[in-house]
This record gives sequence, structure tokens and C-alpha cells, in this order.
Amino acid sequence: MTRLPAWADVVLIPLMSIIAAFAISALVILYIGENPWDALKIMVDGALGSAYGWGYTLYYATNFMFTGLAVSIAFRASLFNIGGEGQAMLGGLGVAVVALAVPWPHWTLALPAAMLGGIAFGAIWAAIPGWLQARRGSHIVITTMMFNFIGAALLNYVLVNIMRPAGSMDPASAKFPTGAHLPTLYDLPLIGGYFNKNTPANISLFIALAACVAVWYLLFRSRLGYAIRAFGKSEKAAVYAGISPFRVTMYVMLLSGGLSGMMAINNVMGEAERLVLNAVEGAGFIGIAVALMGRNHPFGVFLAALLFGFLYQGGAELGLWTTIPIELRTVVQALVILFTGALDNMMRMIVERLFALGRRRRAA
Amino acid sequence: MDLSTLIQVLDSGVRLGIPLLLAALAGLYSERSGVFDIGLEGKMLMGAFTAGAVASITGSAWLGLIAAIGGSLALAIIHGLASITFRGNQLISGVAINFLASGLTVLIGQNLFQLGGRTPPIKGAARFESIDLPGADALADVPVFGTIYHDLISGHTILVYLAFAIVPLTWFLLFRTRFGLRLRAVGENPESVDTAGVSVLRLRYTAVAIAGILCGFAGAYLATSAPSAGFGKEMTAGKGFIALAALIFANWRPWRVLGATMLFGLLEAVAIRFQNIDVGLFVVPVQFMQALPYVLTVVILAGFIGKATPPRAGGEAYVKER
Repeated sequence: MTRLPAWADVVLIPLMSIIAAFAISALVILYIGENPWDALKIMVDGALGSAYGWGYTLYYATNFMFTGLAVSIAFRASLFNIGGEGQAMLGGLGVAVVALAVPWPHWTLALPAAMLGGIAFGAIWAAIPGWLQARRGSHIVITTMMFNFIGAALLNYVLVNIMRPAGSMDPASAKFPTGAHLPTLYDLPLIGGYFNKNTPANISLFIALAACVAVWYLLFRSRLGYAIRAFGKSEKAAVYAGISPFRVTMYVMLLSGGLSGMMAINNVMGEAERLVLNAVEGAGFIGIAVALMGRNHPFGVFLAALLFGFLYQGGAELGLWTTIPIELRTVVQALVILFTGALDNMMRMIVERLFALGRRRRAA
Repeated sequence: MDLSTLIQVLDSGVRLGIPLLLAALAGLYSERSGVFDIGLEGKMLMGAFTAGAVASITGSAWLGLIAAIGGSLALAIIHGLASITFRGNQLISGVAINFLASGLTVLIGQNLFQLGGRTPPIKGAARFESIDLPGADALADVPVFGTIYHDLISGHTILVYLAFAIVPLTWFLLFRTRFGLRLRAVGENPESVDTAGVSVLRLRYTAVAIAGILCGFAGAYLATSAPSAGFGKEMTAGKGFIALAALIFANWRPWRVLGATMLFGLLEAVAIRFQNIDVGLFVVPVQFMQALPYVLTVVILAGFIGKATPPRAGGEAYVKER
């Protein structure tokens, strides 16, 4: 076994994984009969080439930062929270309940309250599987997965039977009051000029960025973060050091669910301005890819979320202008998860061989 | 509720339960050998797509079935490579496989047929038609027994009877043969199997491949077993996860898998047939019926009723001692 330098582990392996994922996607595009290079140009142009494009790219990236951080923080404790989708759904419910509760006079009052609503609902939805894992030994992957489906059924029930305005056929809540509308990036002073009025990127982006910094501080500069990482590395050693597995599991799941739930300020409050059935659109699952790609580090999550934001907006443009269906995004997402998450050891072995080869050359 | 409504609901419960049964049995082999499989959904979806595509092109349901097995097996091999050979995270691999199937089926389907991800409608020899069991028509007029025989037991496709036959077969294979003993041992304590000179890797690959084949059957059933007439985008719609729930609910045992999948199929049938159920004091909403399989599984997992004991070595890659 060759020891790899830190930069190879942190930068090279994820980079190679994404190159592999893109290479296979290029083959798929060739199979469809389009030119991969042209496709990439359309993606770059559509996602980054205009104020309209990056308005959407940043909007998607905001969602993915929240869910990516949520998955990362759980991964750091060796917990695989696959329930980000359901937690974000419930977070949407929390945000909608708060936004519709009172006629908010101004968004500066509505936003903190809605954040608390989203965090509370998302956290509860993650805490139940957390408790079941810590106290009853139920496998957290299975329970969080089940809670995605239970959450979807619950949301469906609430929207159809309780929140749907009288006379409406749509399973959706009423529009939020004007005082609960968030300013888009276009509405902001100084930077507004760089954005398009019709794009959904909004002030939640800055909250997502702040969340990245906060999670970094929590994980690497706080006592709890140390406990989380120690527990994730070795439960036995953590227990020996006086760390309570129950408390770490509960804290981590509350934080993870809260982060997923907080995503709702972006998609529900910032974009739709009402709660619809399919508000999350798979962002909870993309969080898994983002966390793996970002090596469970908040800065990595930030970069990976931007990449997936680009992929999402660019993929939509491909669906619009070429014969490549929009589902190409799902394939790239799957390949990124496969290479960075499941075939990680394969990539590592390849890199180790290359390094060993390089060393022998130098020695010779 | 009269007898004919009851039989209709039971019949529809069987139809909805079959893909769950096949997929849960697939998961049974894989997980009993110590390889977690949350990619049942994806493998089933891929199987359904390849079955629908090949059956519509060749006009043969049997070729469709072979293609379904091939498509599902290809994903199973990826899962095997990731989780057995490269000792990656089995759960993450399963997640990747689900998304891979979800994307690829639409991409390839749209490219082949330009029908928005669907495959062309099939009928006749391109799909499995229902079979009338001997004497079904003659006995149809006999009260109760004849009705049950004619409307519930007879009139399914060959895949349905095959699925039921796989249950005792699986029980026999797992609990009465040497292969089965080894397969179960490798999921509980792989070191002991290795010490006995049996290859852990080969056993696990075999189990994962059997899971692929059975998911192929499940997919072919969804797309090409009458009354369905081809593949539709996202056709599995979470069935792979209900199957996984059923497998846990059944505590990883073949006969209980049969019971659990038929129960979950029946719940779905009841939800479809009755929507909101008024039980007098209150109304049971349809969403509750839809969520019930998942709720029941969580309750079982939590050990409030019964106790779920998964194979002990599940989820861990085997590293041979040096």
C-alpha cells in the first residue's frame, strides 16, 4: 500500500470520479446521437452564460447546500441519513404554516420565523429515526427511507384535506401573504444589476452560505463537532472518552433534519411562495451526491452544490434545445454517487498505482 | 361488502403483491448473504424497461423476460463490484443504482421510441396473457368455491404462478441444501465460511446475481404481464422500497415474505378500491392506507411488536485475513 499525499485524497480522487462520471455521460450523449462537446457548451452557456442562467444555477445550488450539509453532518457521525427528501418536505410544511399563520408585515420578520418553522419540522422528522436508532437499534437508513414515504403521504393528506383553499382543485396551499415574500437577488442593492428579475435565486443563498460557515465551525471548532467526528470514527473509542452515543446521535439527526428543513425557505418561501406537493424535487437525494462529492466538508459541499446547480440548470437547457432528455441529470447524479461513494476504493486503487509507478520512475 | 367485491379486491391485491413478492425474494437472497440491497427499485425498473422494449421490438414476451433478466443483472453486477470486490458502501451503491435506472430507462427509451420514456403498447404474444386453469369455466357457477377458483385463483399469467412457486423453492434452497446453509452462514459469519475453505466472494456474487434475476422477473411482470401493456416512465413507483419493507417485516424469511407482500399488496388494493374509508366514528384517509406498509415496517424495526433481526454480517465487506 502506498500512502497518498493529502491533496490526492482531497482533490484528485473526487476530481477523477467526476471526470469518470462525465466521461460515461458523454458516451450516453454519443449514443443518443448528439455531440458531447456541443452539449457541454449548451450547458455552460445555459447555466452560466446569462443573468437568467446563473439566477437558476444559484437557486438550485442554494437547495443543494442545505441538503448537502445535512447529509455531511450525519456522515461525519457515520450515520447515513437518506431521509433528507422527507425532512425537506416537512420543512416546507413548517415554513408554510408559519408564513400563512399571520399577515406578515415585512419579510425581515417573516424569514426568521419561517426558518424556525422549517428547522423544527425537519428536525422532528429526522429525530424520530434518530431516537429509534439510538434507543431501539432500528437501522437508520431504513427508517429514514420509510420516513420519506410516510412524510410524502402526510404532506399529501395535509395539502388535500387541510391547507387547500376552498374551491381549489390543486393539492397546494394558499399563496403566502406579500409580507412573507423574500427579495430575489435582483431586488438587492449593489448586486441586483447582475441578476434577472424572473429568476428564483433569492436571499436564502446568503443563509445557505452562512450555514456552510456555521457547520464548519461546529464540526471543526466546537466541542460537539469533536464529539460527532470522534463518534463517527469509532463508537467504542468515543464511548471510552465519555461521549454519549445517544446524545451525539440525537444532536446530529436534529441538526441534519433542521438543515434539510431549512431548505424550504428557498424553494417554498423564496420560489413557489406557496406549498405544493412536489416542492423538493429530489433535492434531498442530490444532497447525498453533494456530500460525497464534497468529502463531507462544508467547503467541499459549497463547491459540489455549485457544480450540481450548474448540472441542474444546464441539464434543463439541454432538454430544451437538444434531443437529450432532461433525465441526463439523473444519470450524472447516479454516476457521481457511484464513483465517489460506492466505487471510492476503486478510484483510490487506481491513484495509488499511479503514484507507486511515479515513485519507481523517480527512483530508477 | 359482497363476495364478488371481496374477491375483486383480493384478486387485485394478488396482482399488486406479485412484483413485491419477487423483489422481496430478490432482496432475501442478497441480504441473507450479507449484502444490503436498497437497489431493488432500480433493478426492477431496469428489468421492466428492457422487458417492455425487447417485447415490443421482437413481439415475444419470453425474449422480453430474458432481456429483463439481462438488464437487471447488469445493475446487480455493478452492485456486486462496488460492494463485494471494491468493498464500497453497499447502501450508497444501492442509491446510485436506483438513480442510474431511473435516468437510463428514460434516456434509452426516448432515444429508441420517442414516446416520452414509454415503450410502444404491446399485445398478443408480446406479453404474458392470463391463463385459465383447467375446469375454471366449468366450475364458475358453483357458489363460493367456484367463484373463488374462477375469479381469484385462475386467470393470472404464468409469471404469477411462477412467483408463487419460487417461495417454496427458495425455502428449500436456503434451509435444506448445502448451498443455502453456506449462503446464510456467509451473511452471519463470513469468517467461518472462509475457514471451511468456501469462497465468500463467490457465494456473495451468486446471491447478488440471483437477486438480479428475480428483480428481472419482477420488472417483466410489471411491463409485460397482462393487463399491463408496456413500460411506463418511473413504472415501479416505489414498489422496490415497499418490497424492502416487506422483507424486513418478514424478518428475512421466505414464507413470511409471501405473507408480508400479499398483505402490502392487499393494502394497496384496498386504498385504490375504496379511497377514503368511513368506519363510522372517523374516516380513514387514503393517504394513511398508502403509508401503512412503511409505518408497520418502522414499528417492527423499532421492536415494539416482534423484533427484526437482520443477518449479522449485513452491510460489511469481507476482508480475508492475511
